[in-house]
Amino acid sequence: MELNIQAFGIAKDIVGGSEVQLQVNEKITAAELKKLLESRYQQLSKLSSFLLAVNDEYAEPEVVVNAGDEIAIIPPVSGG
Amino acid sequence: MTKIDIQILTTPLDVAACVNWVMAPESGGIDVFIGTVRNATKGKEVVRLEFEAYVKMAKKEMEKIAHQTIEKWPVNKILIHHRTGSLAIGEIPVIIAVAAAHRAAAFDACRYAIDTLKETVPIWKKEIFHDGEVWVAAHP
Repeated sequence: MELNIQAFGIAKDIVGGSEVQLQVNEKITAAELKKLLESRYQQLSKLSSFLLAVNDEYAEPEVVVNAGDEIAIIPPVSGG
Repeated sequence: MTKIDIQILTTPLDVAACVNWVMAPESGGIDVFIGTVRNATKGKEVVRLEFEAYVKMAKKEMEKIAHQTIEKWPVNKILIHHRTGSLAIGEIPVIIAVAAAHRAAAFDACRYAIDTLKETVPIWKKEIFHDGEVWVAAHP
């Protein structure tokens, strides 16, 4: 299935835009998606850390991602 | 009474308006945290900061923080305003205002709110120097 993935902060610089599309297996988990992103965009591994958000919630590794989910790459936050 | 005011704005924040919003006759103590843009980081001069937010999720996380403060302390009102965009030295990216009957809760809740915001809310700042720019905390 195709996923739209939003990118913020330094992740935008790394993936080359505010949104990228990825073709993935059905029933992919957040952990697997994270690994896939790291392999496709190796600069992500150089970050202190990053998380994925699925439908505006930080995703636990075992969360299953479905078509149509809103997904975002969340690099280390620095608000306030 | 509306206990919670969460906003992400692109215009300058208004400290007096925020304080005014949390004040109420039943509150005897107001605590306000104001974050300001500092002129230097690790001795290097900062020209300006740029703030970016994942707005939908940031508001959700800010609401969670506000609800947590109300669960943990006898908070009457809590306001969390964050600004995005380009901010000059001395400008204000964040205001947190808390009102409670007594000051202890106001102090504790306000500190908790800013400390937690800095850990969980999907907002990012980039430091702009004369010779480059850096996303804060992105790299070890």
